[in-house]
Amino acid sequence: MSVYQHPYKDVDFVIRHLLEFDAFCQDKGLDEVNADFANVVLSEAAKFAAKNLVEQNQQGDIHPAKLVDGKVVETPGFGEAYRNFVEQGWPSLSAAEEFGGQGLPNLLSVAANEIWQSANMAFALCPMLGQSAIAALENHGSEQLKAQYLEKLISGQWTGTMNLTESAAGTDLAAIKTRAVADEGHYKIFGQKIFITWGDHQMAENIVHLVLARLPDAPAGVKGISLFVVPKYLLDESGNPGIENDVRCLSLEHKMGIHGSPTCVMSYGDNEGAIGYLVGEPHCGLRYMFSMMNHARQGVGVQGLGISERAFQGALEYAAQRVQGSDKSGNSIRIIQFGDVRRMLLMMKSGTEAIRALCYFTGFEDDKKAAATSEQQPAIAAKVAFLTPIVKGWSTELAQELVSLAMQVYGGAGYIEEAGVAQHVRDARILPIYEGTTGIQALDLTLRKTLFDKAAQATLFIEDVQRTVDELDSLDGAGDLQSALSSALDDARAALVWLAKNPQQADSIAANNLQLWGYLLGGWLMAKSSIAAQQQLDQGAGDSEYLNAKKVTCQFYSEHFLVRTKACIASIEAGSDAIMSLSEQQFFSHVN
Amino acid sequence: MKVLVTVKRVIDYNVKVRVKSDNSGVDLSNVKMAMNPFCEIAVEEAIRLKEAGIATEVVVVSLGVKACQEQLRTALALGADRAILVETEQELESLNVAKLLAKIIEEEQPGMVILGKQAIDTDNNQTGQMLAALTGMAQGTFASKIEVQGDKALVTREVDGGLQTIELSMPIIATTDLRLNEPRYASLPNIMKAKRKPLVVKTPEELGVSIKEHTKLIAVTPPPERKGGIKVANVAELVEKLKNEAKVI
Repeated sequence: MSVYQHPYKDVDFVIRHLLEFDAFCQDKGLDEVNADFANVVLSEAAKFAAKNLVEQNQQGDIHPAKLVDGKVVETPGFGEAYRNFVEQGWPSLSAAEEFGGQGLPNLLSVAANEIWQSANMAFALCPMLGQSAIAALENHGSEQLKAQYLEKLISGQWTGTMNLTESAAGTDLAAIKTRAVADEGHYKIFGQKIFITWGDHQMAENIVHLVLARLPDAPAGVKGISLFVVPKYLLDESGNPGIENDVRCLSLEHKMGIHGSPTCVMSYGDNEGAIGYLVGEPHCGLRYMFSMMNHARQGVGVQGLGISERAFQGALEYAAQRVQGSDKSGNSIRIIQFGDVRRMLLMMKSGTEAIRALCYFTGFEDDKKAAATSEQQPAIAAKVAFLTPIVKGWSTELAQELVSLAMQVYGGAGYIEEAGVAQHVRDARILPIYEGTTGIQALDLTLRKTLFDKAAQATLFIEDVQRTVDELDSLDGAGDLQSALSSALDDARAALVWLAKNPQQADSIAANNLQLWGYLLGGWLMAKSSIAAQQQLDQGAGDSEYLNAKKVTCQFYSEHFLVRTKACIASIEAGSDAIMSLSEQQFFSHVN
Repeated sequence: MKVLVTVKRVIDYNVKVRVKSDNSGVDLSNVKMAMNPFCEIAVEEAIRLKEAGIATEVVVVSLGVKACQEQLRTALALGADRAILVETEQELESLNVAKLLAKIIEEEQPGMVILGKQAIDTDNNQTGQMLAALTGMAQGTFASKIEVQGDKALVTREVDGGLQTIELSMPIIATTDLRLNEPRYASLPNIMKAKRKPLVVKTPEELGVSIKEHTKLIAVTPPPERKGGIKVANVAELVEKLKNEAKVI
């Protein structure tokens, strides 16, 4: 059984000192919401997770959801956990008060999501997708659809799904074939969707599917896709789930990980057609989907954070107890005393803390945007748009390395399922794939978010990081950290220069560009953390043991992660010559 | 009926307790603090009495440093109606606490006072009993069941030989045992509501109680570290060692 305790001190440090949440709350006149209140909410969330989700995580792995008589039956215990989750009001945390939500800042939602994802990633996917469905309806649904569906989705009484992918339409949604036909005030939907997370289950009274489909008169390609609400049970006159819609789960995928999360092949309209309702205007479905993409992709970044933290805690506990070998005087040694094990633990600690800083920083920008004037909003939106592929792509790729290191700390025992870390390694592997692969994130950052605006947003971040480099002047003993950050910043500048000169090669260097920015911004926030920690120490405030550990962790990050920007820039500057020069036959030339 | 519940801020039960190097006490600096688990049971019982329509108001009281407000807020989020903090930086012994609580009871006139039977930090198990003596109220300690019947209360007590049920005349003081109930979690909407619930701060001076030191803490020492075991050759050797080395038989 792998352990999990809420890392409340680091979370509090990030919220209170790195992001200065209290100043924001005061400025915006938020009603008694502040870092102290965040602590209250998160400690209760952590208690809930400890009781309902942490141990159930392994159950999900061992007893995956099953398809029984055409219905998906979830992992034993998940239904009860979900109903408790709803009863305690957790799904409604940051949703609009107008529809029964609690209206708390997105930052708190990110911090609570970290807890759910650490505790039980397969389970937490269900409410996570619900949040996307809520956002879709809230932003684009008609008043009637909102009135019918929002409140119950927000309370969690009903769950939501996102139906995009088809067997021939994955990354390329232009290839969608599912049809929608107008029929007496609604639409009839016909088609098959795959990879539908939590597409069916018995945990909630109803499931609200958001489905991308084409109308008969739709233009070809991405501009001809519309978005529909298709409930599992049609609503009766009083708005309650009534007769079953023509929707069913055909089969469940057999996956490498997240076994507790049913991944469904969904069939719409096998018989008379599944009844659906248009969201917003016809042919605008993909645009609506993209408006939620930032949020969903940041959510996957938080999954990378959650699983890294969980795996780290298990490895740490193991390393502190496992006895191997003895010192010169014959005393037995626990493996945490070995230099290489300490290196691995610090890789996990510093990597996870950098991911946390980046995820929370980005999530908080959403709150700043919501509180900003309409003139200020586009600038913040551009900032978030730049950060999102980094949060998604970099965090989830780094998570692979961190969970793998966790297994390495366990040695052979880690490769045995009972240790629990194997599940984290398998579960984590989906993260760089779904909601847009790392390749897609890298292209998004390099083309859409950098080349298209002529590096305007990238340049703003470079200025931000430069300011922190300058600030490090006044921090005693931070010379190495300062030169590492400054040198990584030079690499980012060099990447922008190279990219401007070689835009046609963007595709080949995008992945390295994404990693470079990830390590840089992670290093930037770690440097800011180091400064904030020292300020606390200078004031004699806070927990000096934690704060000094933070400073060492930041230093370690700069020595082991920040330096990776050098490898990234070297590969970027090598360009696409080797990448594009092999013919397809040559790829096979070693076997043909 | 008004129910008064006491809540103590203690070291979180998950924390690995460290003794200060000078043996002057447990190191509480920067460790996670929480509501004493027996107090959680007391709060839960009061809320259940309110939900059952027996209690009309639940007032939670804590005594100690300013940060005790955190535990009071938790109790409010669980469903208590209002909170009182008797704020002091001084160390409070059980008798000090009982005297301060007696003053609060005088002001509040509750029909029932529920306390945890003991706190997991000092394990004294005294305050409830002292409070009963000071107020003259009937006491039902180590309660595993509390039943209110008009102006009487039936309290089932966990005693060495089993369960003892006693009938008390209201108002009463009850102290909770582990099996009284299973405390709930605070729900998010209730955490939100708790922000607006009243929390009053008083001082020992305002209550006219001077805090006296009746006991002196001499030293706190951690339990000795476990040593590795040995193998014995036969039963005779085992008995010999139990007699002469371990001195347990």
